[in-house]
Amino acid sequence: MRSTVREADRPWARQGAGQHEGRFALLLLLPAAVVVFGVVIWPVVRTLVVSLYDVDSAMPGSYPFVGLDNYVRVFQDDRFYTVLGHTMYFTLVSTFLELALGIAVALLLNAPLRARWLWRSIVVLPWALPTIVNGALWRWIYNGQYGALNGLLDTLGISETPTQWLGEPFLALNMVIIADVWKNTSIVVFFILAGLQTIPSDLYEAARVDGAGPWRAFWRLTIPMLAPSIAVVLILRTIEAFKVFDIIYVMTGGGPASGTQTIAFYTYLQAFSNQLFGYGAALAYLIVLAVFALAMVYLRILKQNQLAGVE
Amino acid sequence: MKPTSPSSGSIAGIIAPRPTRRGLLVGGSALGLSGLLVACGVGGGGGKKGGGGSGSGSIRALFMQQAGYSEENIQEMTAAFMKANSGIKVTADFVSYEALHDKTVAAAPAGTYDVVLIDVIWPAEFGTKNIVADVTDRWPDDWKQQMLGGAVTTPQYDGKFYGVPWILDTKYLFYNTAQLEKAKVDAAELDTWDGVLTAARALKESGVKYPLIWSWQQAEALICDYTQLLGAFGGTFLDDAGQPAFNQGGGVAALEFMRQTIVDGLTNPASTQSLEEDVRRVFSSGQASIALNWTYMYGLANDPKESQIPGDVAVLQTPAGPVGRPGVNGSMALALTATSENQDAGWKYIEYLTSQPVQDKYALSSLPVWESSYDDPKVVETNPAVVPQAKKQLGDMILRPQVASYNAMSQVLQAEIQKALLGDKEPQQALDDAASEAAKLLES
Repeated sequence: MRSTVREADRPWARQGAGQHEGRFALLLLLPAAVVVFGVVIWPVVRTLVVSLYDVDSAMPGSYPFVGLDNYVRVFQDDRFYTVLGHTMYFTLVSTFLELALGIAVALLLNAPLRARWLWRSIVVLPWALPTIVNGALWRWIYNGQYGALNGLLDTLGISETPTQWLGEPFLALNMVIIADVWKNTSIVVFFILAGLQTIPSDLYEAARVDGAGPWRAFWRLTIPMLAPSIAVVLILRTIEAFKVFDIIYVMTGGGPASGTQTIAFYTYLQAFSNQLFGYGAALAYLIVLAVFALAMVYLRILKQNQLAGVE
Repeated sequence: MKPTSPSSGSIAGIIAPRPTRRGLLVGGSALGLSGLLVACGVGGGGGKKGGGGSGSGSIRALFMQQAGYSEENIQEMTAAFMKANSGIKVTADFVSYEALHDKTVAAAPAGTYDVVLIDVIWPAEFGTKNIVADVTDRWPDDWKQQMLGGAVTTPQYDGKFYGVPWILDTKYLFYNTAQLEKAKVDAAELDTWDGVLTAARALKESGVKYPLIWSWQQAEALICDYTQLLGAFGGTFLDDAGQPAFNQGGGVAALEFMRQTIVDGLTNPASTQSLEEDVRRVFSSGQASIALNWTYMYGLANDPKESQIPGDVAVLQTPAGPVGRPGVNGSMALALTATSENQDAGWKYIEYLTSQPVQDKYALSSLPVWESSYDDPKVVETNPAVVPQAKKQLGDMILRPQVASYNAMSQVLQAEIQKALLGDKEPQQALDDAASEAAKLLES
């Protein structure tokens, strides 16, 4: 039953209360708006403006306006294409491995295991480590002189000759990816696990009744039902991987022979080590655009997959 | 089952409501206003201005955590300074050498630090970009006579002083006496780089897998080692016209020497991933017989708590090449930041830390910048092995290029030298490519 209450029947209501409520709501939103302006809008706009000037010092001052020259320089810079290649490789390989491993581990953890809470706690540990600590840890593991990895290979009789895991550019990039995957697979596991727990078990029973085996149920039921979780985690991980900086800084410093320099690391070098803030800002803007474009592509693909899978 | 699309009443609709004309106007105005404000900041904004201040109050200083004086040394010196200057409170922060430049730059506009430790390669950049203050007027004239020549040039650029020298250092040759004895190698062989190769071969035959360890990671440490060899082989970084010249003569010979030691299996392949601390650890564990490093390694490699070879460590001047034996000038200075509002107090702190009595007291960690200290028996006693070598070496030092774009140039050179060390390019090709890139940087 729907009842209507007249204004006169509500003695507590004052004229213009809606207006007051609106103002009060705005007042409550003000702190958040100030914070968003300060930490999001201001830096974004500032970076854009800086990218249009030839700013070659950290100090405020008068710098020549150069329009889009910094962006033109980026596209004429051979090193930009090299570091972009490293970044794309890092992003694609690390995200793929993290997703594949993450789904596999999540499926295991979703199974009725004994002491499941313990396994879940163990899986979260790498993610709980700060990236800097993780980088330092793996740098020690890979150390060619006294690293644990060479020690293990020696103990198992696989190789007595120590390998310089971070000594060759391409090998080093892959070893950094392994360190990144070790840490970040955890977050994928938990996203996927959360998604798995929302799938009703009767769907699997229905699939079984319809003659679908586990493999078919995984591809035709689990994956489509997980699509929203996969979309979210894929976007997050892609963006994070594309921006990778700290683990590179700690593990290799961009070497050897610049073989592990990524676009974020290169941006940092240009902006802070070389004080080319205008050029660095242009690079940073291109990262933002690339990440935005990647996110759009992923969303589109996964939405299509979701629709196709569900129908 | 069909997926539902978000309607205006869904969560998605609440989180991201359809923009209204008013909302767009407000948002657009905010962005426009922020753009205007930012443009003011870039185009001619004020930023923080430095000043002398009252000569008392609180100051903040930034140091590095490795080589030279230890963190413990600096905290002790600072405590003693505050005891003697009760009106000044000093907070000292420490970062690794690799982070020191960038932290100084990032903190400069806000004036976070009053005093910063700067490397010999930064006065040109920091001076021209107004990161550190010109302290020429504060420099007493007699310091120029009382300090060693290499020290005086450390904070200088374009005739101005941008700090006071504090850590006076170059790279020395350290060797493991027990391993040389076992291999029947006379230490006198280590007087030349050719002799070092001969000694390394003998050491390898005696069972030391990789007798040489270097700090050849893609970092400034690599350029320090290269500089020392470049000087010994008669090369120069820049010619008289200021153009890159390291791709000719001694510059190429130095890199060929480095590469050959790897090919011959004399240099530990981990060198290309090692910084000075890694060199110290490998040498101190007895896994290498010969290493170049800064003064500080002598004390630590002989410390039983830090080393497995205490008592077996000896130090020599850097070996001679065909042209000479200049040591890389690896000195550092204390500078006042241009944005410090308390420069007078900062200057008192710098005067104290660089004073002769304080430097003499901590000579084991870093040798003094004062010439007369080297004849003071108390200073010689603190480090009897290093001081005689330093006395000879500190008068013969080679500077890396004093140009504002040094960091960018160094990065290019580091990458190309590593390509040659890893065998990806011939030394000549690598240095030609580096010179071509460096020329562009010097022009811009």
